[in-house]
Order: sequence, then C-alpha cells, then structure tokens
Amino acid sequence: MPSEADTEAATTAPADEARQVLLEAITADLGDAVVGSHLIAGKDLWIRVTADAWSETASYLHGRQKFRFFNFLSGIDWMPSPFGRSLDATVDTLLEATAGTDAAPAEAAAGRVTGYAGGETRFQVLARVHSLTTNLGLTVKADVPEPALEVGTWTHEYPGAEWHEREAWEMFGISFAGHPGLRHLYLPGDFEGHPLRKDFPLLARLIKPWPGIVDVEPMPGRDDEAGSASTGSASTENPESE
Amino acid sequence: MGLVESGKLPKSLTALLNTSRKYSLWVYQWGLACCAIEMGAAFGSPRYDVMRLGVIPLPASPRQADLVVVSGTVTDKMAPAIRRLYEQMPEPKYVISMGSCANCGGPYWDSYSVTKGVDQIIPVDVYVPGCPPRPEALLEGIVLLQELIQNEDMAAKWKGDPLALGS
Amino acid sequence: MTAISDRRQLAYIAAQAADARVNVELEAEGMTLNIGPQHPATHGTLRIVARLDGEQVVEADPVMGYMHRGYEKLSEVRTYPQVTALINRIDWLGSFANEVPFILAAEQLMGVEAPPRARHIRTILFELARIANVTLFLGDMGVQLGAVTPIFYAFRDREHILNQIESATGGRFHPNFDRIGGVKDDLPAGWISETKQSLGQIRKFCDVMEDLIVGNEIFQARCRGIGVIPADVGLGYGLSGANIRSSGVDWDLRRDNPHPGLAYDAIDWKVWTHPDGDSFARYWVRLQEVREACHIVDQLLDTMPAGPIMAKVPRIIKVPEGEAFVETENPLGVMGYYVVSQGGLEPFRVKIRSASFSNMSISPWLLKGSYVPDVITILASLYFILGDIDR
Repeated sequence: MPSEADTEAATTAPADEARQVLLEAITADLGDAVVGSHLIAGKDLWIRVTADAWSETASYLHGRQKFRFFNFLSGIDWMPSPFGRSLDATVDTLLEATAGTDAAPAEAAAGRVTGYAGGETRFQVLARVHSLTTNLGLTVKADVPEPALEVGTWTHEYPGAEWHEREAWEMFGISFAGHPGLRHLYLPGDFEGHPLRKDFPLLARLIKPWPGIVDVEPMPGRDDEAGSASTGSASTENPESE
Repeated sequence: MGLVESGKLPKSLTALLNTSRKYSLWVYQWGLACCAIEMGAAFGSPRYDVMRLGVIPLPASPRQADLVVVSGTVTDKMAPAIRRLYEQMPEPKYVISMGSCANCGGPYWDSYSVTKGVDQIIPVDVYVPGCPPRPEALLEGIVLLQELIQNEDMAAKWKGDPLALGS
Repeated sequence: MTAISDRRQLAYIAAQAADARVNVELEAEGMTLNIGPQHPATHGTLRIVARLDGEQVVEADPVMGYMHRGYEKLSEVRTYPQVTALINRIDWLGSFANEVPFILAAEQLMGVEAPPRARHIRTILFELARIANVTLFLGDMGVQLGAVTPIFYAFRDREHILNQIESATGGRFHPNFDRIGGVKDDLPAGWISETKQSLGQIRKFCDVMEDLIVGNEIFQARCRGIGVIPADVGLGYGLSGANIRSSGVDWDLRRDNPHPGLAYDAIDWKVWTHPDGDSFARYWVRLQEVREACHIVDQLLDTMPAGPIMAKVPRIIKVPEGEAFVETENPLGVMGYYVVSQGGLEPFRVKIRSASFSNMSISPWLLKGSYVPDVITILASLYFILGDIDR
C-alpha cells in the first residue's frame, strides 16, 4: 500500500484509480445529494453534499463505505474579512477598517471565494473521515442554509462528532439538529459572539495596530533569489513606519 | 507577640526573621501551560534541584503556601480561579509570574480568550521573562524574590490591625 | 476562654444549616466530585465534573477551555512563518512535531518539496520530539498511580534529548525550526554522535521503566482491565496514535500514508500494537514506541544524505489559492492541519485537528461506570496535553 502511494505521488500522474472509483461509487449511491466534488490525484478528495443530506451522508460513509475513523468536523466562514487581510490590506489599523463593516450583504457575497467543491452560502460545514481498509481520507462539505444556520448531526454514526459539533456551534453559530446538547465547550458561558466568524473583531488589534511586515528579513546568504523581486514590492507598499 | 504589627521590632530581629522566611518558601505550583513543564523541570528534576535554595515545592494546598508561581497562559475562564487561589493564601504571600503569557499575554497578545497578564488579577512580585523561561531563569527569579524578602520591613508590610490574641 | 459571642453563635447555626442542606443534596442526587481545574492528575487545567454514586462514576463531564487560546483565529491574522512560531505551543512536550504537518500542508499548496537532507533532519527532530514527549508520560503515569520515583528519572533522562534539540535548533522547548521548503539550519558539528549517546540514555531509561513499572504488581493490578476501549468505539470517537494501536488497530500514518516530506519510507521499523485496549496496553505500547523511535533515529542518523537544506522559496511567502489537509502521526496521535489559502500572506482558515481533543472526547463514555481511583488511571493512560485539547 505505501509503495503504491509513493509511486503515484512521485510520477504525479493524473490517474488516481482508488479515489476515482470511490468518487464514482459515492455519486452513484447518493445521487442528487452530491452537488460538487474535487479530486487532486494522489493527494485528496473532496465532495459537497446538500444540507439536507448531511446527516445521511454520515450513515452512508460509515455503513457502506466503511469510513470508520472520524477525523474532524468543523466549519468555514467564507465571507471576506471586513478588516482586510491585515498584512495585505491597505488599511493596517483595524479602526480604519471597521468603518466599512456595514457593507451590503450582496456586496460581501460578490467578493466571496469558495474553495474546492464549490459552495453557495457564507457558512459551510466540513468533516473528514478516514477508511482504514483502503487508507483513503475524504473531506465532506455542505452548505449551511442562511437564516436558520442548521444542519443535521453526525453524532448518531460518529459519537466523536459530539465535541466537534459543540465547537462548531460555539465558534460559528452553526447548530446541529439532533445533537444531544449544544453547550459552550471552550468559552465561558457569558461569552458573546462567535470568534471564528470573519466579522468577529480581535479587540487587542483595534487598540494596537499590527506593525506590518517589519520582521521579514533576508535569510543569511540567500538574499537575492528568484521570486523575492516579484513579492518584494508588496512589502514596500505597506507603511512600516507606524 | 504583637511586636511585628506595632513596628517595634528591632532591626536585627527583622533580619533574622527575614532570613528564616526566605529560606523556607513553600511554593505552590500553579502550572498552566508550557511553562509548567519547565517549572516541573526546575522543581522536580534532580538537575536543577530547587530545594538547595530553601524552596519547598510540596504544599498540599494554597493555604499552606508562601509563594505561588503562575506559569503559563492565563485565560479569561481561568482568571477567577487564580484570584480565588490568591485569596486563599495566608499573608505574607508572594507571586512569581513565569513566562511571557503570564507576564503580558505573550504570543497571544491579540487573542479573544487570553488575559493579557496575570498582574491584571493579582499583584506580582517577580516577573520571569521567556517563552518558556529556562529552569535556570526561574531559579534566578526565586533568588531575586529572596533578596526582596531579605530587605523587607515586616512592620511596613503589615497594614492590618494588631492581632487581638487571647481575647 | 471567653464565651462565644452572639455573632459567632449565629454563624455557627447558619453553618450547621448549610451543612445539613448539603447533606440532603448528597443523599438525593449522589455526590458531585469536581476534579480540577488545577489538579496534578490533569496535566494542566482540565476540570472534570463527576457525578458519583458511592464510589462509582455515574456521569463524567470534562469542562475544557481553561487553556483555550484561539489558535484558529490567531492563525488567520498571522503570516505562514508566524503561524509556525505560534503552533509550537499546541502540544508543548513535542513542540517540533506540531510544526511539521502545517509546513507540509503549506508546501503541498505551494508545490515545494524539501531536499532530502532537510527531510532527514525533519524526521529526526520529529522522532526526538516524540521521545521528549512520551518519556514524560512514562514517568508521569507512575506519579498518577502513587509511584513518585519514575518522574524524576523521566525529567533527568529527558534532558539529554532536550539538549540535543536545543543544540540543533536553538530552542529547548519551542524550536520553531521547520521552514516551508526545508529546515532553518544544518546540524551542528558532532551532533550525530552526541545524539547517539543520548539515545543510549533513553534506551536505558526504557529498560528501567520496564523493570520499575511494567513489571510492578501494583501497577498491573491498577491498570489491567481498566478503561478498556474496543477498537470500533475508539475509531468512532476519533482516537488515534498509541491509544488506538493499543486496542489492536494496526494503523500508523508513518507507515500507511507516509508523506513525501518525511523520510519514513527509507528505513526499517515496526508498528507496535497490543490486543487488550486497557490502560496497561496503552502504557506498554508507548514504551515500545519510544524504543522504536530510538531505532528510527539511529537509522536516520546513519543514512544522513548530504546536500542543501532549503529548497528555493521566495523570501516573502505567499501561498497560492487552494485547500490542503495534511496529517501526521504525532506523539499524541494523528494531528492534521486543514489549511485554506486564498492567495494571501496569511492562511484564510486553519482547522487544527489535534490528537488530544479527539482522544479526550471518549472520556465521558469511558469514565461512566468506573470507580474514582480508576478515573485517574484512565485519564493518565489516555495521555493528553491540555494545550492540544483546548488549542
């Protein structure tokens, strides 16, 4: 098994038999529920299912495809950060950036870039399972419908999902129907907000601006290399004097 | 008795008391994060042997401790417990803040859940910088604290009413 | 002595009443035992609220978050090299091992491959981190069960490995040594022979632990058959690493999914499993893994290739758009980083799949029905680092 994987990675041939077969089997069995997929040969496989089929997907993967190892479950907020991508951004102090927080939702949606296997909503849940028989991992994503922010739970198949779902609930505000008890996992009970949402501000940065790229120094002995010239201009744009 | 509180303690006796106090520091290890391992190495390993400095790292509870070493990241969730720990300790009590996180928040200076320094909750006597500080650095911090204790005027430190013993 | 004043009398009566109320509560619902958040048996600040019936745990609810530092959020506002400095502190006993999967994920996104010498150095430090991590467990497990001596041995012999890590990386605890495209520096002169000596010390330490603990009758009595995890249940909870291998699952990412950025394919070693799945098995498997790690490092030191230690990477690292998940077999189990990049200097989202979080998620199931002294045994044998749970 490992030697096969090695040769595949070494040749970087686009053919990835095992994952291709797996993807075909999943799309055949789940039918319309699979709305997107992405395959990087020799590396990884992503599928995206509808929010309604999220819960059944777990049963299918656990029962039929023998994905027994539960790796993780989490969420993603695809909204571009209203504070800019701080080092890249033209505004370096967040106080300036917060002025533009009230951007129209449509405008925010336009700037949104979704990852592999596509997506239409701001929030996505993603989970990863691993099969010990075939030694393949699979990342499953689903869009989270907007006003309700609720999808089904995975706890009936993977009991380990309980804590992961609590974490996703706390960090993103996504709730999971059928979860035995969505409570705070990390934060104190009176904490307000969902920290991993992109519009959650880091208050320390509001007070004290990030100094910018002052700590990028040339590595000793290798200061003039290809690539540094093209990206070097980005650093000079940034005001470092603050 | 009552001499300490009344401030009529002779200089030489103060020096004697301070010397004996500084060499029998019972230290409570409030290990929170990475620094706890370095503190464990300083207090628990034969290589650094903290007991030669007269520090006894074995009290069963904060109520029996003179010194607490807060080592590691203090989170907002942990902060009330630390305050409670400090209030349980008997006077005179000392605090060493070990590591950048306990000093000022350290690498988590912009985190939403980390308290930016344990000195926001309890008074700190000695700060040991580092991330994490080496065990030697903690020993240095203890030596500094012992200097501080040696030069202390106990009467000045005592701010309460005279103890009414036997009443 | 003077008579008790009225106030004291009132206080006394009030205290008696309070005690009575507590007693009624105890009789009604069973006792609630609060272990932690600061307890020597919890390696940090885990708090476990256990409802007891007599000495049996009816329900155990771990309360985490006392060490939650918000890594995933902080990673979004730091550049890739800055993230490396931060994530050292997730599992603070095997710091270098935290950096590796993140760097590998970034390399995968950038399409960079580390030169062979860098892969070797990386793998050696990875295994040294494993030794530094697990040796402390081997000693600490004794402390949890009432044997104080082993922890002193562990701290003493661990220093040899920490010295080697320090002399190679400059950091005793948090090396921050792994770079996208290679490692920061080459190994210092004489490091290889010194490391071999240190490995000798660790091997001796393993033998001592085997004599002192594994063969000990009390240890066996307290660990055999305690906290048995069936393989199916363990996988469903996401248990990994030595915890799942001691339930008879023969699965090790180092062997089964060797990442091209690490040099495990070139050497000969063995994955240890144990069929029992109890606390004793978990200790035993970890002990063997430390020995195996010594064996791996030994071979890697012998086959060290010459050549550069850094691939050609731009000075300012911008990772192209994409997503990558890379997992490695860390000292505590499977650790993975799901990195989403949108082409900036910083990751757009980093999901940290840490081993201890999943390993601990089984604890409510596992502690139910156990006895209070066994709670300590079970928690100690699951072996978690709080920073790895709370992140």
